[in-house]
Amino acid sequence: MNPTWSLALAGGVLIGLSATLLLWLNGRVAGVSGILNGALFPKAGDVVWRAAFLAGLIVAAGLYMALAPGATSPRTDFSRAGLIAAGLLVGFGTRMGNGCTSGHGVCGLGRLSLRSFVAVTTFMATAIATTYVVRHVWN
Amino acid sequence: MKKFSLAALVSGSLFGLGLAMSGMTDARRVLGFLDVFGDFDPTLLFVLGGAVATTTLMFRWVLRRGSPVLAHTFQLSSLEHIDRRLLGGAALFGIGWGIAGYCPGPALAGLGVAAVEALWFVPAMLAGMLLHRFVNRA
Repeated sequence: MNPTWSLALAGGVLIGLSATLLLWLNGRVAGVSGILNGALFPKAGDVVWRAAFLAGLIVAAGLYMALAPGATSPRTDFSRAGLIAAGLLVGFGTRMGNGCTSGHGVCGLGRLSLRSFVAVTTFMATAIATTYVVRHVWN
Repeated sequence: MKKFSLAALVSGSLFGLGLAMSGMTDARRVLGFLDVFGDFDPTLLFVLGGAVATTTLMFRWVLRRGSPVLAHTFQLSSLEHIDRRLLGGAALFGIGWGIAGYCPGPALAGLGVAAVEALWFVPAMLAGMLLHRFVNRA
């Protein structure tokens, strides 16, 4: 298998194991937007684990990107207006729909939730349509 | 640090490692995956496939336990209905994801190397969450 694909598969399995660990030990869903939202609007006794999860995510990803041979560095040239509009939509949309790629995708599909299946189908469809419009109609 | 938070730290670290290793943190690759009618890059299918195959296999085993190891209950969403909020929220999220190529995890991961795009995207994402909170209180 192409090495890029092998790393992608290995990374995907790590993400799945991360979600398994959090459910098995803590009984929580590894949904990044949900964990972030709970850290943003804290309730007593429900903050430290969220901060720990997010810190681990940021530091581990940062170390890999900085140190691993062959790791790609993040893109730097996307328009700021585009980033701000996209960020607002992602923040608002994931709260309105109660989840993102990890909560509905990795975890929701893993427990065969119909709601998550519908959410994933919907966001994949609008994401593909948006990319099509931006890349092939707009430009 | 309490075991509960330590477990979350380990889980978050595995998650971040997986995101970076798999290429999900590279927005160019994500947009290549979403560009199914153009220059399609199938790499992320392996990420999503690997992650969902793992949770599908392992969650079944985990949920067979009556309770998690370090807490009393599994805190899973009990919502079952498919309504406008779910559809509308997922649709808006997908539009944002399709514009720039970042979903929440990879955007946060970019902070780990102080990536310039993450420094613009993440505050906007937090503002979107605040806006949602504000709109739903009004």
